[in-house]
Amino acid sequence: MTGAAEAAGEQGLAGVDRREAAVVVRDLVKRYPGRARAAVDGVSFSVARGEVFGLVGTNGAGKSTTVGVLTTLVAATSGTVVVGGRDVRTDPAGARGRLAVVTQHHNLDRSLSVRQNLVVHARYHRVPRRRAHDRADALLERFGLGDRAGSRPDRLSGGQQQRAKIARALMHEPAVLFVDEPSTALDPRARLVVSEVLGEVNARGTTVVLTTHDLAEAERWCHRVGIVDRGRLLAVDTPAALGASAADAVAVELVVAPGPVDGPGAVVAGLGSTAGVRRVEVAPAAGTDGAAEGTWLRLRLLTGADPTVPLAEALEALRGWACEVREVRVSRPSLEDVFLELTGGAGR
Amino acid sequence: MSGSEVRDGDRRRTARWRDWAVSFLALVSRDVTVLGREVPSFLAQTVLQPFLMLLVLGTVLTDLGYLRPDYPSVLLPGIVALTAFLGACQHTTLNLVFDFSYTREIDDRLLAPAPTALVALAKVVTGALRGLVAAVVVTPVAFLTLGTWWSPAECLVAFVVVLAGSGVGAALGMVLGTAVEPSQISATFAVVVIPLSFTGATHFPWPLLAELRWFQVVSALNPLTYVSESLRGAVSPEVPHLSGWISVPAVLGLLLVFGLLGVRGFRRRAIR
Ligand SMILES: Nc1ncnc2c1ncn2[C@@H]1O[C@H](COP(=O)(O)OP(=O)(O)OP(=O)(O)O)[C@@H](O)[C@H]1O
Ligand SMILES: [Mg+2]
Repeated sequence: MTGAAEAAGEQGLAGVDRREAAVVVRDLVKRYPGRARAAVDGVSFSVARGEVFGLVGTNGAGKSTTVGVLTTLVAATSGTVVVGGRDVRTDPAGARGRLAVVTQHHNLDRSLSVRQNLVVHARYHRVPRRRAHDRADALLERFGLGDRAGSRPDRLSGGQQQRAKIARALMHEPAVLFVDEPSTALDPRARLVVSEVLGEVNARGTTVVLTTHDLAEAERWCHRVGIVDRGRLLAVDTPAALGASAADAVAVELVVAPGPVDGPGAVVAGLGSTAGVRRVEVAPAAGTDGAAEGTWLRLRLLTGADPTVPLAEALEALRGWACEVREVRVSRPSLEDVFLELTGGAGR
Repeated sequence: MSGSEVRDGDRRRTARWRDWAVSFLALVSRDVTVLGREVPSFLAQTVLQPFLMLLVLGTVLTDLGYLRPDYPSVLLPGIVALTAFLGACQHTTLNLVFDFSYTREIDDRLLAPAPTALVALAKVVTGALRGLVAAVVVTPVAFLTLGTWWSPAECLVAFVVVLAGSGVGAALGMVLGTAVEPSQISATFAVVVIPLSFTGATHFPWPLLAELRWFQVVSALNPLTYVSESLRGAVSPEVPHLSGWISVPAVLGLLLVFGLLGVRGFRRRAIR
C-alpha cells in the first residue's frame, strides 16, 4: 500500500496520468430535480490505478451521489466521468463490467438466499457457472457467512448484510471497487476483516474508492483523501500532506492537578500567556482515579509547528505553581483537525 | 478505413451483443428461479378467479338457462386471454414496485454489464412467461369445467396468441409499475386493473356491442379487447369476433407501444 501511496502523493491530482487513471472525474455537477442546491457542485479528481482513494465529508455532503454517478446509477447533470477507461455516459454497460459497488443501503436481493445473491451476481457478469459457485463458497467463508449461506438476506443482521454485500461485489473481480461507508454497522472484528479484505484486493491491483465520515479509518486505509463539503471538493491529498497543511494545529496535551495555591482558572490563564502558546483548550480529564476525581485537568495547548519551547516553558511554569503533571503528549494535527478547519469548525 | 478494420469492428460489435445476451439470460434465469419457488401461491392467485368465473358464467348460469347454450365458446377464449393478460400485468407491476421500493433490490441487476433496456426487457419476458404459464394451467381446467375442447392446431395458434397477449400485459404492467408510487399500488389495481378485466371483451364478443355504442367505445380503448378477440377468432371462429386483420396487428402494435413506454419509464426510475 505504502508504495502506491507515495507515488500518488508525489504525482498529486494534476500529475495522475490519464491513461493510468482508474477513475477520472471532471467538473461533475449533479442537481436532483426540484432541488435548488446541487448535490455535487463541480467536482474534479482522478484516482490512479491501484490506489485506495477516500471521499470524506459530513452527512449530505454529496459522497453517495458522487459514487452513484461514478457507478452509472445516477445521471450527471454535467461533467465527464470515466471509470476503467469507459465513459459512464456513453458506455455505461462497459463501465459496469469494470466496476462493483457496495452501496450505503442494504440492497441484497431478498428473493434469493445469500449464496444465490453472490452466484447470480457473478452470472450477470458472465462468470462461468462453476467458477461462480466456487468463488461464492470461498468468499462466504472468508466473510464468516459460511453458515448463513442459505439464509434470506432479511434474516441477517445489518453487519452480516454489509459483509454479504462486500462479498457480492468481489464476485466478478472488478477493476474498480466502490464502497460507500464500508464499516457501517460492523463490529470491531468484522471491521478488521473488511479492512484486511480491502487491503488484499487492493494488493492484487484493484483500485478502491471509498467514502466515510470516520477520519481515522480514512487515514488508515487511504493513499489519498478528498474532503467533500456541500457538494464541493475542498482538498485532495495524502492524509500526511493534508495534516502538514494544518501545521499550526500542533498541540501539547497535558493532564495536570492544579497546585494548592493556584486554582484551575489561574493555571489555564497562566499557560495561555506562556511564550509560544496560542490558545489553551480545557477538557474534563477522563480515567483519573476516584480519590482525585474532578481535580485533574486535561489541557490542550495549541502551538506552532515546533512545540519544544512552549512545552519547556509550560512545564517550567507548572513546576512554579506546584502542579502535578500526570501526562504529556504532543499531538500532530489529525485529518480530523484538517477536516474541521476546512469545513468551518466543529460548531456547524 | 481498411477492410480488416471494418471486419474488426464488426467482430467487436458481435462479441458485445453476445456478451449482452449472456447477461440477459442470467437476468431472466434469476427471475425464473424466483418464479419457480412461487408456483403454488402464484397459481392460487391467477387460476382461482378465472375458474370461478368459468364455473358461474359458463356452467351455472348456462345450465339455469339465463345464458345461451353456446355461451361457453364465447367465454372460454375470453377467460384464457384475461388470465394471461392480467397474470402478466399484475406480476410485472407488483414486481417493479418492490424492485424500486426503498430497498432498491434491483440495483444489482441494473449494474449488470448490459444496457438498462435489457434489464427492462428481461422483466417483460418473465412477466409474459408468468402470464403464459397461468393460461396454460387454466386452459385444461376450463376444458373440464365447460366440457369444450380445442383441436391440437387450435391449441397451437392459441399458444402464439396467448404469448403475444401476455407480452402486451407485461409491457403494460411495466408502464404502470414504473409510473405508480408504491403507496398507490392498491388504488391502481382497483381503478385500472379491475375495469380492464370487465371491459376487455372477455365475457362478450366485441362486435355485438354495436347496440351499446358507448360501451363498445370504452371496450375499444382496452388493450385486452384485442387479445380476447384475436383468441376468439382463433379458437371460436363460429361466434362473432373482430377480424383478425384488425385484432392481430393491434396486439402487435400495442406490444411495441407499451414496450417502448415501459422501457422509457423503467430507465427513468432506474437512473436517478
Ligand atoms: N434521490 C434524491 N433526490 C433528491 N435529493 C437527493 C437524492 N439523494 C440525495 N439527495 C440530496 O443530495 C444531497 C447529497 O446527498 P448524498 O446522499 O450524496 O450525501 P452523502 O455525502 O452521501 O451523505 P451521508 O454521509 O449522509 O451518506 C443531500 O442534500 C440529499 O438530500
Ligand atoms: Mg451517503
